[in-house]
Amino acid sequence: MVKPKIHNNSKDPDKDFKIEQSTLYLKYSLLLGDLDRWIPAVQEYIKNMQDPITEINLDGLKKIDSAGVAAILQLKDELIKNSKDVKIVGGSPSIRKKIGLFSYQEPPASRDRRRMSFFESTAESFLNFYHDYMVRYFTLAADVLYWSVTDIFKSRTHRKGEFYNQAVLIGVNAVYIICMLSFIIGLVIALQSAAQLRNFGANIYIVDLIVISMMREMGPLITAILVAGRSGSAIAAEIATMKVTSELDAIKTMALNPIRFVIVPKMHGSIITMPFLTILANVMGILGGMLIAYLYLDIGPEIFINRMGETLYNRDILIGILKSLVFAVLIVLTGSFFGLNVEEGAEGVGKVTTQAVVVAISIVIIADSIIGLIFY
Amino acid sequence: MADKKIIEVNGLSATFGEREVLRDVSFSAYQGEVTVILGESGSGKTTVLKHLLGLYDIQEGYVSILDNDISDLNEEEQKDLYLKMGVFYQNGGLLNSLTVGENVSLPLEQHTHLDDDLIRRIVLTKLQLMHLNGVYDMFPSQLSGGMLKRAALARAMVMDPPLLFCDEPGAGLDPISLASLDKLILNLRKELGMSIVIITHEVSSILRIADRIVFIDEGKIIFTGKIKDALESKNKEVHDFFHI
Repeated sequence: MVKPKIHNNSKDPDKDFKIEQSTLYLKYSLLLGDLDRWIPAVQEYIKNMQDPITEINLDGLKKIDSAGVAAILQLKDELIKNSKDVKIVGGSPSIRKKIGLFSYQEPPASRDRRRMSFFESTAESFLNFYHDYMVRYFTLAADVLYWSVTDIFKSRTHRKGEFYNQAVLIGVNAVYIICMLSFIIGLVIALQSAAQLRNFGANIYIVDLIVISMMREMGPLITAILVAGRSGSAIAAEIATMKVTSELDAIKTMALNPIRFVIVPKMHGSIITMPFLTILANVMGILGGMLIAYLYLDIGPEIFINRMGETLYNRDILIGILKSLVFAVLIVLTGSFFGLNVEEGAEGVGKVTTQAVVVAISIVIIADSIIGLIFY
Repeated sequence: MADKKIIEVNGLSATFGEREVLRDVSFSAYQGEVTVILGESGSGKTTVLKHLLGLYDIQEGYVSILDNDISDLNEEEQKDLYLKMGVFYQNGGLLNSLTVGENVSLPLEQHTHLDDDLIRRIVLTKLQLMHLNGVYDMFPSQLSGGMLKRAALARAMVMDPPLLFCDEPGAGLDPISLASLDKLILNLRKELGMSIVIITHEVSSILRIADRIVFIDEGKIIFTGKIKDALESKNKEVHDFFHI
């Protein structure tokens, strides 16, 4: 790093300035490299003074830069605390021009707001949240759901093959990861339960536990969380990028509706594929449980499947499918909402992507609890 | 040239939060002319454009485009108006997930019943007009800055709209590419009789293409009139803009 050159003509700070009566006379130069030495020396002088300084005289100053101007103005602000007014006087036209050029003025405070009480600030936060998030989220939801229904048989509102593309991106490409993780989760649940059930001689109930938990709860939830992480983030990032790069404006000014053109195909793709992904997750989770039942509890596949037939009701399967449909809608809506609300810039895209994933997963879990309570 | 007004803006004001961005903006653009809206960065040019395009709701004032009061349009009327306008965005606004050919053909696919072969032929013609050969199957990310701008211009004019808006077409272009783009814009006006509204602050470009200018400074109009009058203007900001 290059050390700033000290331009001062004098090594003795006393000679850089002098104080007579109530005037501070600055001399020679006041450049960035001088400030480390100059400021403490002036402050030391001022501290020991009886009379306040009311004037800073620049007649002896030959050179000054932006840092020097800032230092003088800061010194003036400090001196004003001890005297009513401090004037900066004198100086060559060049010095005065630089003072004018580099003067920084605090912008006037936009509004003098009184400090709000806890209840007022809480109410204001709630109102902001209500208007900025809830109203806009439900307005978007109404728009998207309306167009998703009316556009089912209309192909001219979006590009040909877009539904297929989205079904592949959201659904088909997620098959491997969902199968693998569901299998492992089924396996782990069975493993943790097996030892307990064996102690009570209730080995066969491993089937009830695995099948009902996977079908009603774990299958839809694991699928939704994975899709929210994979596709919810992708949807938010894609829409946010489209907004930042004016693609959404371009779509609108091509007389196309961005919701119908961009979001509806994603909604269709998601609604069609999520139930299938959930069924796959259920099957893989049960297979994982079946493996553990066979290895640790001596329950063969035939017995497992027979017991599953006795345990499983259509209602359980349908609740799981219903959940997957609700989750599909929520994930696409949340991703789209945050994507559309991006602020300018790449940083904004990253921010809304993270928010979309966190909020989508939270909303999915809340919705899961509500549906669980309704169909208990 | 006929003096038929294609755009009329009267008393347009806009405030975002506590910041007043536009103050009583009034001007007109005429058929067959190139109208340049200019001013320093942050003066409110793009905000004016977004109001003209219906991307911002009009808070105060009146905006008429092709004899349509744009604050009084229903969805269908807005759509019909958009079909008569081409818009060229500062960064192209091409959809990055589509190829150049798909981008340019998008308005034709969505708003006409032409068969795919004919659409392809029309698109290739427009690309050729923009000196863009062999880019039909390329993605926007594979194009250079100048090519990207020309592809965006091809999309903006693919429906042969009578009115074309361009937002800072020269931003980020070298002087030669900028001159070439200006030439294309002038050709569009000459060959297709388009009326063109351009937002820019490139002085060299303004001097080449402008018939009429609208000068905005800090959200206010400080000059509106023919380019030759602007060059002789005694207004300090206008004079400094062209002569410094």
